[in-house]
Amino acid sequence: MAPENTKREDTCPGKKKTLDVQSLDAKALDLAAVREEIASTSGPEYWRSLEELAGSDEFREMMHREFPKGASEWLDSFSRRGFLQTMGASLALAGMTACTRQPLEQIVPYVRQPEDMIPGRPQFYASATTLGGYASPVLVESHMGRPTKIEGNPDHPASLGASDIFAQASLLNMYDPDRSQTPVYLGETRSWKNFVDQIRTRMAGQRAVEGEGFRLLTGPISSPTLANQIQALLKMYPKAKWHQYSPLHRDNVLAGSMLAFGQAVETQYRLEAADVILSLDADFLSPSFPGSARYTHDYAARRNPDAAMNRLYVVESVPSPTGVKAEHRLSLRASEVEGFARSLAASLGLGGNAADSRFLRAVADDFKAHAGSCVVIAGEQQSPEVHALAHAINAHLGNVGKTVVYTDTVLANPVDQTASLRDLTQDLREKKVDVLVILDANPVYDAPADLNFADVVLNSGAGLRLHYGLHQNETAELCQWHVNAAHSLEAWSDGRTYDGSVCIIQPLIAPLYDGKSAHELVAALMGQSTLTGHDILRSYWQGQAKSADFETWWRKTVHDGFVAGTAHPAKAVTPKAGLPPLKAAAAADASTIEVSFRGDPAIYDGSFANNGWMQELPKPMSKMTWDNPAWIGPAYAARKGLKSEDMVTLEIAGRSVQVPVWIQAGHPDNAITVFLGYGRRRVGRVGNGAGFNLYAVRSSDAPWRTTAKITPLAQTYKLASTQGYQTIETATITRPVIREGSLAEYKKKPNFAQEMEETPERNVTLYPNVDYSDPNYNKLGYAWGMTVDLGACVGCNACMIACHSENNIPVVGKPQVVVGRHMHWIRVDAYYQGDRDNPSASFQPVPCMQCENAPCELVCPVGATVHSSEGLNDMVYNRCIGTRYCSNNCPYKVRRFNFLLFQDWETPQFKMMRNPDVSIRSRGVMEKCTYCVQRITVARIDSEREERAIQDGEIQTACQQACPSNAIVFGNINDPQSKVSKLKAQARNYSMLAELNTRPRTTYLAEVRNPNPQLESAEHAVEHG
Amino acid sequence: MAQIFHRSINLYSKASIVAVVLLGGAAFAGLFAFERSPYITYQGVTKPQPVPFSHQHHVAGLGIDCRYCHTTVETSNYASIPPTKTCMNCHSQIWTNAALLEPVRDSYRSGRSLVWSKLNDLPDYVYFNHSIHINKGVGCNTCHGPVDKMPLMYAASTLQMEWCLDCHRAPEKYLRPRDEVFNMEYKQPANGEPVSFDGKDYTDQKTLGMALVAKYHLRNVTDITSCSTCHR
Repeated sequence: MAPENTKREDTCPGKKKTLDVQSLDAKALDLAAVREEIASTSGPEYWRSLEELAGSDEFREMMHREFPKGASEWLDSFSRRGFLQTMGASLALAGMTACTRQPLEQIVPYVRQPEDMIPGRPQFYASATTLGGYASPVLVESHMGRPTKIEGNPDHPASLGASDIFAQASLLNMYDPDRSQTPVYLGETRSWKNFVDQIRTRMAGQRAVEGEGFRLLTGPISSPTLANQIQALLKMYPKAKWHQYSPLHRDNVLAGSMLAFGQAVETQYRLEAADVILSLDADFLSPSFPGSARYTHDYAARRNPDAAMNRLYVVESVPSPTGVKAEHRLSLRASEVEGFARSLAASLGLGGNAADSRFLRAVADDFKAHAGSCVVIAGEQQSPEVHALAHAINAHLGNVGKTVVYTDTVLANPVDQTASLRDLTQDLREKKVDVLVILDANPVYDAPADLNFADVVLNSGAGLRLHYGLHQNETAELCQWHVNAAHSLEAWSDGRTYDGSVCIIQPLIAPLYDGKSAHELVAALMGQSTLTGHDILRSYWQGQAKSADFETWWRKTVHDGFVAGTAHPAKAVTPKAGLPPLKAAAAADASTIEVSFRGDPAIYDGSFANNGWMQELPKPMSKMTWDNPAWIGPAYAARKGLKSEDMVTLEIAGRSVQVPVWIQAGHPDNAITVFLGYGRRRVGRVGNGAGFNLYAVRSSDAPWRTTAKITPLAQTYKLASTQGYQTIETATITRPVIREGSLAEYKKKPNFAQEMEETPERNVTLYPNVDYSDPNYNKLGYAWGMTVDLGACVGCNACMIACHSENNIPVVGKPQVVVGRHMHWIRVDAYYQGDRDNPSASFQPVPCMQCENAPCELVCPVGATVHSSEGLNDMVYNRCIGTRYCSNNCPYKVRRFNFLLFQDWETPQFKMMRNPDVSIRSRGVMEKCTYCVQRITVARIDSEREERAIQDGEIQTACQQACPSNAIVFGNINDPQSKVSKLKAQARNYSMLAELNTRPRTTYLAEVRNPNPQLESAEHAVEHG
Repeated sequence: MAQIFHRSINLYSKASIVAVVLLGGAAFAGLFAFERSPYITYQGVTKPQPVPFSHQHHVAGLGIDCRYCHTTVETSNYASIPPTKTCMNCHSQIWTNAALLEPVRDSYRSGRSLVWSKLNDLPDYVYFNHSIHINKGVGCNTCHGPVDKMPLMYAASTLQMEWCLDCHRAPEKYLRPRDEVFNMEYKQPANGEPVSFDGKDYTDQKTLGMALVAKYHLRNVTDITSCSTCHR
C-alpha cells in the first residue's frame, strides 16, 4: 500500500481552505521522466493514462485511494464555528430523521381524462431529433404529459431502437431553465403579437422592393416542409437570398461529390456487406457522423469471431473511437491523408504514383482480394480531393451498389456553407441588407474569425435584425429582435434521416415558454402569422400523400414516426474519369505544426454547451469533461517539454488564442488538434465561460486544417479528466481487466480469456452460498445477468447519457469532477496498449457488476445494500447513512457518493424532467447501478398479472436500449435459452477480477480482432504512407 | 481528610443511576409511541378536502363499485383519483343545484382540477403498485379499512414499513379470493362462516391463505421482502 499521506490539516474542516481546483493539482507529470521510467521499468501491458504507464507515485497513490485525492476531504471554506453549529444540529437531529412527519401532499386529477392515459404508466410517442440537419428517429417516453426519456425508434432502419448521446441529451435541452422565454426587442420583453405587428410593416416594405434587402440565414435544413416554406418565401420576395451556415458543415463532402460526379449526391454505406473497411480520417462510429447509429450497428454485427468478421483500417490525424476499433491504424497528419489516398488509388491501378509502404500494400492487397465487398469512407474534414479519390476507388473496386450507395441529398438545398456565409457578410458590408433573419444559427459566435461577423453585422445598418433560437445567445445580443424558439419536443416539424426517409417530429408537450416553431416564424414572415405549425405540416403532407384517405394515412404516419417509402432510392452515378487534380502544396512541410479543427465530441458545435449531461460526459478518448484542451502527440510534447495542462499560445494567421494542451496517446507528431464549441459567453449558467473559444482562430479559407505556431506559456490550467479515476488494481500482465486476441489466436484457443483467470471453487467462500435456481429461494427463477461485448463496444457513450437520463443522476460541475466526485453509474474506460505514439486501444463499459458475493454488502453497518432474491445488489437510498464503507470495499469502483447536495431539488423544470420511477438521492447517500431495477419491477408485475413468464428481451436496461452496437445484453441467466445465457456460454466470456471470487453477474466478451497477417508482425509500428 | 460527601449521598447516587436508566427508557418508549402516533402517521385523521365526499354514501348507500371511480387500480400502480368528469356523469343529473357540489361544477366549467388532500401518502422512496396487490388477492379494505363506513375519508393504516412487512412476511394472513377483493362485506373465514374457494370450503384463514398463496403463485417471503421490491 502507498503511504497514507493525508495530513491532519487536510481533513480538519475547521481549517479555512477554499475549494481551489488549481491547488489540488497533483504533482504534474513530467514526460521526460516518464520516458526514462518506461525505459527502466516495465509498466502494465494495458494502461489508461500516461501517468499509469509511467507507474508514477502519484498514480499509485490514487489507485489505492477509494476516491481520488480531494474527493473525501472537506475543502470548502467553512469556519470552525460554523462547523460546530452544523455538527451540533446534526447530532441533535441524527436520531430523529425517521420521525419526520410527512408533509401534506395534494392530488390533482384531470377534469376530463384523456382516453388512453393510465396514470403511472408511461406512453411512448414517435418523433425525431435533428443534428446538423440530419434527423434521428426516436421514441419519447412520456409520464402524464411530461417527456422524461428519449429512446431510438426500433421500427426505423436508421435507428433500429438505438439512439445516440445527442438525441438522448436533447431532453435536457428542452428543460434547460436558461432557455429564452419570451420575444425580446432591444432588451425588453415583448409579445409574439407585438413582434408580428412590427415585422408586418418591415416585410411590407421589402415586398415593395421584391425583397432586395431581405436575407435569411439558417442552419442546414432537411425538413421538406420548411424547405417548401422557404421556397414559397423566396417566391414572395424574389430578390431575397437564403444563406445557410453551420460551423460543422459538410462542405468538403459536397465539394468532393461535385468533383467526382459533377452533382451533389449523398453517400450511404452498407457496412453489413463490407468485409474490409478503410476510413480516411472518417470517424463514422461517432454519433456526430450522419447515420452513425445504423453504421455502428452494421459494423458491430460483423465483429462476431464465429461468423465472417470484417476488418477495419483507419488512417487518421486525430485519435478517434473509430481508430480505437481499427485492426490497423495509421497515424498521419491531416495533410498527409490525401497523399495516402492517392498512393492507394495508384496501387489499385487508378494511375498516378504510389509511395510504397507496408501499410499501403496490405490495404491495397486486401482491397483487391475483396473487390465489391470493401469500402473507403472519407472524413468530413478531409479535402474534396480525398472524397473524390474515395469515390473513384469505390467505383473502381465495384463497391458501388454493394457497400456504397449514392442517393439524392438529404439536405434540402445543399450549398457550400462557408461561401454562403461569406456572401452574406459581403452583402452586409456593402449595406445591401435591410432585414436579416437568423434562424437557429449563431454566426456571431461560430462564424470563421476572418469574416468578423460581429463587427459586420453591427455596422451593417440593417434596419431589422432578427434572431430566432432556443437561447438569447451571442447572436441575439447583436440583433434588435429575438424570438424564442420551441424545442423539437414542443413543436411539429419533420426532417430526413441519413437515408432520406422523412421522420415526423411530433411535440410531446405544449411549448413551456410559448415558443414558436421555425415553420410558424417563416409563415409570419409571409404574413401568415395565424397558421400553427401543425396546420403547416399537415397541409404540406396533404399535398404529398399518395393515399386517398389522408386522415388514416396521416394518423399512421404520425404514429409510426416516419413517412413510409420516402427513403431515397439508389441513384446511378459514375465518377468522372481520372483522378482529381493535385493541388499545389497539398501536404504541409513536415516540420511545421499542423492544426486540425474538430467539433467537440460532446457539446458538438457549442449548441450543447448549456447541457450539463454533455459537459460532464467524459469524451471518448481523453475522458475530458467541461473543457476542450488542444491535443498534442506524446512525441511532440516530449520534444518541447510540454505537459498536459500547460497553457500555450496558439497563433494562426495573425490571430491567437491561449489554450491548455493535453497529451493524447496516438496523436501524430508536429500536429495539434483543437475542438470547437467551448468558450461561450451567452448560453446559460452551465456553459458560460467553460473552455476556450477556438472559433476565434478559425478562418473561412481553412476551416479544418492549417498551420499554426505554438508558444508555451509559463502557466497551467487545471483540467477535469476522469481518465485516471476508478483505476482497477490487478495483475495487469497476467490477468488484465480487458482481454483481447486475434482471430487466429481465437481459432486456436477460443477460451483464451478464461485461461487468464483462476476462479476459486464455488464453495470456497464465507459468503452465503445461494442457489439462485432454487424455487424455495427465488420462486420465479429469474437471475439477472449482463454481458458486455468488448468487440462490439465503440465507446460512443450513448449508454452513459441514457443512464443519466433514466436514473436521475445529478451533474456535479467541474471542480467536483476534478476531485473525483462525478456520479456516472456506468463509465466507459479507455485502455491503451503499446507504443504511446500509435497505441492500440479498447473501450470497456463498467456498470455495477452485481456480484453474487458482493464485498460491499458485508461492510454496510445499516444494511443499506443487500442482495435481492434475484441476485441484484440492491441499494436502499433511504437507509444509507453515508459511511462509504461499501465503496471502499468495491474492487470495481462503481459506487458513487453524493458528497454534497448535487441534485437540484428546486428548479421546477428539472422536477418535470425526472423519471418518476427512480428515487431522487440527496446528500450523504451512496448510489449505483441496479440494472434498472425499476424496469425489471414493471416487467415482473406485468408478467405476474398476466400469469406468464417474462420473455427474453422484454426487459432492456437503459444502457442496453441505447447501445447502437448491441454490445450490452441483459437477461435471465437461469434460462439457458436466453440471449445472455448463450453469450455467457461462449468461450470469449470472462469475469473481471474473477480471482476475487466476487462472482460478478456482469461479464465481458473478450474482443477478437481480425488483423491482416501481412501486417501482424509489426502491428504497432508507426509508418508513413 | 474528612469525607467530602455525606453517607446519605450514596443513596442519591444509586437512585440517580436507576433514574437515568428509567428516564432514558421512558424517553425511548415515548419516542417509540410518538413515532407510531397518528400525529406522525395521520392514521385515522381526516384532512380538509374541497368537497366533503362520503364513501359511506356512495359505496354502502348507493352500491357503486370501487372501480367505477378508481379505474386503473387493476392495471397501474396508482388506483387513480377520478377526473371531475366522473363525478359529473351522475351529478349533471342529480343534486345539480347542491351547494356542496359547487366546487365540482366549477371545476367542470372552468377546466381547473379539484385539488384533493392526499390521505394514504407513502414516502417518495417507496414504490407501491396497486395492480399486483389486487391481482394477488389483497382486498381493498385490508389496507384502506372500512371505507364503506367512512363519511369522511381517512387513512386506516399507518403505512409504515413494519405494517407493510407484517403482510409481506406472511401474506397468507390476509389474502382472500380474487372475486372478493372489492367486496366490502367480506369476512375472513370462521367456523360458522366458511369461505369457499376453488370448490372447497375453508373455515380458517390459515389454510385458505396457504391455498391462495399456492393458487395465485405468490412469490416467496425472500422475494417479496427483498429491498428492491419497494425501494429503488
